[in-house]
Amino acid sequence: MSATALPIPTGKRRVATDEPGWVRWVLIGLALAFLALFLFIPLILVFYEALKKGVDVYVAAITEPDAVAAIELTLTAAAIAVPLNLIFGVAAAWAIAKFEFRGKSLLITLIDLPFSVSPVVAGLIYVLIFGLQGWLGPWLAENDIKIIFAIPGIVLATIFVTVPFIARELIPLMQAQGTEEEEAAVVLGANGWQIFFRVTLPNIKWGLLYGVILCNARAMGEFGAVSVVSGHIRGSTNTLPLHVEILYNEYNFAAAFAVASLLALLALVTLALKAFVESRNKQQTENANEHRST
Amino acid sequence: MFKRHSVLPGFNLALGFTLVYLSLIVLIPLSAAFIRTSALTWPEFWAMVTTPRVMASYRLTFGASFAAALVNAVFGFLVAWILVRYRFRGKKLVDALVDLPFALPTAVAGIVLTALYSGNGWIGQYFEPLGIKIAFTPIGIFIALTFIGLPFVVRTVQPVLEDIEWELEEAAATLGASRLQTFVKVIFPTIFPALTTGFALAFARAIGEYGSVIFIAGNMPMISEITPLLIVTKLEQYDYAGATALAVVMLVISFVMLLIINLLQWWSRRRSAAI
Repeated sequence: MSATALPIPTGKRRVATDEPGWVRWVLIGLALAFLALFLFIPLILVFYEALKKGVDVYVAAITEPDAVAAIELTLTAAAIAVPLNLIFGVAAAWAIAKFEFRGKSLLITLIDLPFSVSPVVAGLIYVLIFGLQGWLGPWLAENDIKIIFAIPGIVLATIFVTVPFIARELIPLMQAQGTEEEEAAVVLGANGWQIFFRVTLPNIKWGLLYGVILCNARAMGEFGAVSVVSGHIRGSTNTLPLHVEILYNEYNFAAAFAVASLLALLALVTLALKAFVESRNKQQTENANEHRST
Repeated sequence: MFKRHSVLPGFNLALGFTLVYLSLIVLIPLSAAFIRTSALTWPEFWAMVTTPRVMASYRLTFGASFAAALVNAVFGFLVAWILVRYRFRGKKLVDALVDLPFALPTAVAGIVLTALYSGNGWIGQYFEPLGIKIAFTPIGIFIALTFIGLPFVVRTVQPVLEDIEWELEEAAATLGASRLQTFVKVIFPTIFPALTTGFALAFARAIGEYGSVIFIAGNMPMISEITPLLIVTKLEQYDYAGATALAVVMLVISFVMLLIINLLQWWSRRRSAAI
């Protein structure tokens, strides 16, 4: 990606703006050593530990009922949280990017807020509202509705930590694209939904997908917030990351790493998709910027 | 006028939905923490958030976060530099993997770093004979927080480095500057705001981090217990007032960090716009 932005001199060396060869190699070596220590070796170790006791142990660990229940719950939580945050992201980006109104930058800051709140605090605030000691606790108990230590709490905590992902991808993209195309559609007699689905959506699809990928990765991987509201009931309110913790604390390391390797695979797929979508998204943004400057 | 006129439809629906959603999911729940705490008197609150155990957790959380963000500032800059300036095999892969800490669930990071840096781990075994314990000590916390914050500096510095014009450096060379002088006087001042922003982002993230830390920390009160863990501990003991008071302290710190980061980003944008 860097090669496009900065013409790395080929053939004729630009001595004046180049470091000596040995400096370059020392810097590359240092940087890669740092990355190896903190990224590459840990990544390899996940799979090594997962498969250390053989494929049978691995398969058994990820197919036992509690693990399957955890996989299901994780998928469920993501399947609710991601679409809701998708609708939110599109609505927020439509209002912010296509219209001028007062308090806009405050709104953008508020959307980013969940990123700066500790996951533990995110879980705690839902306990304060829905927990037995919480505002709605007595009423919920009377009507036999469980939110905390049950699936709704897990879904809520997941939504909270992933609120900003899609909105923050779409807002700058749609701002760069401006409003001319949509205005033309209005002139041609299109209604609001027609404008969105036929004009705006094709223009933002890669950015949207990028946000969805990141949102999904976090939704499936969230630990702190979900841990506070889950109650850790095996086979019932355990998500995959919480299942990893339980197995690990039982010194069942092979199983813990087996389940962890599923999440690591998810991370790798996320990174691969992200790299692919990023290149497409970049094109779309560049087209939008060119369009704007003409 | 609240809103400037536009021919496009859907403003009321879009903004209305945005505000309702944000209020229900984020704003009202967050306000619950403040409202709960307002039931305490100021001396009660102050006593709760300044006990020796809590103070020790602040020192650890901020100290380890600061050290991790500092290491990330140095090495993150270095990684951004080699990714933008040099060519080497596997560069694309390295570039993509830099985001791993964003994509890898924190619990996975926690257990794998613990396995790696414990006394018999791949890396920990080389430190054990030297009498250095990494896992289950504050050093382990620093390691986990460094991992978590790694992409922030790289990803804020990288685009700014890409935008620096060769001409600027050529001009410096023409005027007789050595490569080191050019770096110190031309390149570094240009990327400094971005570097500070990345540092602040990594620091803010580290302060609130929980999942990756609790596995490697050892979690001994007064020694290796971070503030978010203390909140969880209080919650598990049904000490809701204590947990909420600490959460309010963390929230206020988050808001201040958010403000600082916004200011830094504004500075960074202005600096790069001026070039």
